[in-house]
Amino acid sequence: MKIGLLLHELHRDENDLAHALLRVSERHKVDHEIHHVARDLTRWSQGHVRTLADLGERFGTRLDPDPVDETRTAERLRDKAGELVGRKPQAALLLLRDLREIYVKAAGLSVDWEMLAQAAQGLKDAELLATVQSCHPDTLRQMRWANAKLKDSSTQILVS
Amino acid sequence: MGRRDAIAEPWGSRTPYGPGEPWPVRVDAHLAEGVSAEQVDRWVPSASVLHSNGDAMDIAVKDGRIVGVRGRAHDRVNHGRLGPKDLFGWQANASADRLTRPLVRENGRLVETDWDTAMDRVVARTRELLDEQGPSAIGFYTTGQLFAEEYYTLGVIAHGGLGTNHVDGNTRLCTATAAAALKESFGCDGQPGSYADIDHADVIALFGHNMAETQSVLWTRVLDRLAGPRPPALVCVDPRMTPVARAATVHLAPRPGTNVALMNGLLHEIIANGWVDHDYIDAHVVGFDELSKRVEDYPPEHVAEICDVPADRIREAARVLGTAKRLMSTVLQGFYQSHQATAAAVQVNNLHLVRGMLGRPGCGLLQMNGQPSAENTRECGADGDLAGFRNWSNDAHVADLARVWNVDPMQIPHYAPPTHAMRMMRYAEEGSLRMLWVSATNPAVSLPELSRIRSVLSQDRLFLVVQDLFLTETAQLADVVLPAATWGEKTGVFTNADRTVHLSEKAVDPPGQARADLDIFIDYARRLDLRDKDGRPLVKWHDAESAFEAWKECSRGRPCDYTGLTYAKLRERGGIQWPCTEEHPNGTERLYADGAFFSDPEYCESYGRDLLTGAPFEPTEYKALNPDGKAMLKAAGFLEPHEQPGEDFPYVLITGRTLYHFHTRTKTGRAPQLQAAAPEVWVEISSHDANAEGLDEGDLMEISTPRGSVRARLRISGIREGVLFLPFHYGYWDTDAGHEPVRAGRAANELTLTDWDPASKQPIFKTAAATLRRVTGTDGPSPAPTTTASAPVAAHVPATAGGERADAEEDPRPSGEGGER
Repeated sequence: MKIGLLLHELHRDENDLAHALLRVSERHKVDHEIHHVARDLTRWSQGHVRTLADLGERFGTRLDPDPVDETRTAERLRDKAGELVGRKPQAALLLLRDLREIYVKAAGLSVDWEMLAQAAQGLKDAELLATVQSCHPDTLRQMRWANAKLKDSSTQILVS
Repeated sequence: MGRRDAIAEPWGSRTPYGPGEPWPVRVDAHLAEGVSAEQVDRWVPSASVLHSNGDAMDIAVKDGRIVGVRGRAHDRVNHGRLGPKDLFGWQANASADRLTRPLVRENGRLVETDWDTAMDRVVARTRELLDEQGPSAIGFYTTGQLFAEEYYTLGVIAHGGLGTNHVDGNTRLCTATAAAALKESFGCDGQPGSYADIDHADVIALFGHNMAETQSVLWTRVLDRLAGPRPPALVCVDPRMTPVARAATVHLAPRPGTNVALMNGLLHEIIANGWVDHDYIDAHVVGFDELSKRVEDYPPEHVAEICDVPADRIREAARVLGTAKRLMSTVLQGFYQSHQATAAAVQVNNLHLVRGMLGRPGCGLLQMNGQPSAENTRECGADGDLAGFRNWSNDAHVADLARVWNVDPMQIPHYAPPTHAMRMMRYAEEGSLRMLWVSATNPAVSLPELSRIRSVLSQDRLFLVVQDLFLTETAQLADVVLPAATWGEKTGVFTNADRTVHLSEKAVDPPGQARADLDIFIDYARRLDLRDKDGRPLVKWHDAESAFEAWKECSRGRPCDYTGLTYAKLRERGGIQWPCTEEHPNGTERLYADGAFFSDPEYCESYGRDLLTGAPFEPTEYKALNPDGKAMLKAAGFLEPHEQPGEDFPYVLITGRTLYHFHTRTKTGRAPQLQAAAPEVWVEISSHDANAEGLDEGDLMEISTPRGSVRARLRISGIREGVLFLPFHYGYWDTDAGHEPVRAGRAANELTLTDWDPASKQPIFKTAAATLRRVTGTDGPSPAPTTTASAPVAAHVPATAGGERADAEEDPRPSGEGGER
């Protein structure tokens, strides 16, 4: 059974997405909605990291239940430049690149959750399936958020 | 005939009535000193513009000047009554400092000029920017205080003419959440209920709505029910001891920023106790299972911890709401200007849906407005939405609007949601929005985090046009200032918070060269030579009535259908509620009777948004959720506010309003009775916190947040512990500083944070973390009114009164022409 491997990847990628969301939040402080919502969405991935660590125990994979530490990451990334470039157009292009990254990471995770759901059904593991069904919608919302922000930001950034 | 001091007794004397009975008439009037009703030359019909209630009144004219007002006895809204702002606010029209000529900036200073020079500058800059960058360089920020004809014309120019997506109103600050919450639950804007539901309800619930101060005449109606036989029970959710809270059967004063948890707790109890209309839900509603599941996590004990409200009081409120036979609910800024605004307001819709209480007498739901014509801003497209509640995400709606305007559908921006006000400020900040036209609003005082807003608006690279009555704080930063006519000086219709349309007629000429906002917009379109696709002028109307006829056509077949109205009919009948059509010539008192909604996927105004992330749903997602056009229950979990009190900033700051003022006091600060009633900013604190800090009534305090500080005299009031309150009305126009603080700040928005509800984009004014310190001791009580939510706990504070000049007539048995409308 290779579920442990998939859990390992999911765990790594959720941590990675949480980290990316925090970085976006810090870097785009002057885009207040991005700053706040990205931080709110980080918590979902951090919750998933804890859930995956619990699952890991059941499937014999040791995973760290502590998500990438918010304050340490934030301090490391705290980038005054984010505010300083607030009045320069280059910051806007960076925003599009960052949102694209979030979208791609979340899309990858979404596929992984789907695979885990398939495995859960094969194993007739109702508990595992219920866990996937509670986590996967969060990933989809993170993905839709990044997509929606790209849609409503790109016109102004690209044509002005 | 009675008389009252309308400052000391803002709601006047009682005319009690029982359930199902008509609300008795009482005609209120105030005339300038020395003028009697017999001396008045003409009475010109209009309605209130200093709040959203739409009180119908006649403007008294003598020798070409406004000399007073009188309530209209037979109008459905107010049955003759007028509130303090109605009675006294008109005096601002004749202020000596009205703008009478256009101004342009020359060598850094604003100088007087003529209309041609001013408009040519605006048009030349528009053309330059269109050539250089296109319509994305230009934005319009308007108001909730113009008339429908003006908003519609502005929307046609911006969306159909220039093709910019950057259009919004200051309704973003006051009722964006009302619109968003209605769209989420019913697929479309439009308040379901009627003010007359007060006459029938056995329970009236006010969620974050200090009706006594925001809609004083509507509160008079509630007081008259409370004084009559079989009065309704009142449920109040408010962290302040408002007049509503004092009259309430159950008062819940939650920790600011926890409304969603509170509402989920109430719904938890209502569902757990089976106070649910399953037949109604089965027939007319989707989403019940998800809502039930979500609120399972919010038992009263858990909610009590989050909200710091006793669990038993939550149960008691749920029982009153859950066992009501005819439940009426209203919602306003306590929910709308809070964290998770839309999610919280939607739970009130959910309450009515699970209880099956919609569309019947007494079962009214009003997601309230703050401003007189906010409804028109929304329906005419001046808040960025497409005119006539058309869905920007539905290509057929865009094509239909293009047909009405005779333009190519590609001309109308619909590639993304409209750019909201805070986003426009951001675009101006980063330099991609280079011209901003502000009409009838004052962002330099009303937007959050003022030091940032001032720095954005005063940039050289931003071409700022301001159209207003006075040289407001914002106008002082402008490149071109256009003097506008106001209420009583121009004609048009506007629609109140229960969909009642009133015609407001021109009573007197505007001062100097000031012009109606409609005329200014039409002039702009002509000078720009905006054309439709056949080369004819895009704006095909020339005055208010022809603009109204054009708007009616645009509204045809849409939920806000005006086609059954004419100026003549409004003149004859007074207020009429939309939709008003050939089939429903008398208008429509309540929407959604018999569970019929506007939410069909092909008809609805919006496919909704994710309540937490704000991401718009795609058409396919909406169709899967709601294929048959039912009402939608939307669940939401509680999220902690982004800015929490802590060691350095231990209090939660909320900002708000007082009965006697409106917005940034451009009018009410120039009406002597109103200005004297609340002359200066104050800060409220609970007696518990005042004792703990050793503070006294009237102490001069400095209130600070990470964004700035403000000085204000302390009022020890009935506000909940841990919370400070500042009124947001006080800016700088009547100080030496002009448009900004010289030393100490005075405007509450120096302190507020830049953050908004992702679903409605309404800024958060109710959850900043703050601290305060005493600057000097007291030399008398604080200047806050004693008649309202700012009432002192101490007995020695002199009561607010207006004296002789605030004398108003009260006539419960009117005769003659004043009553017969």
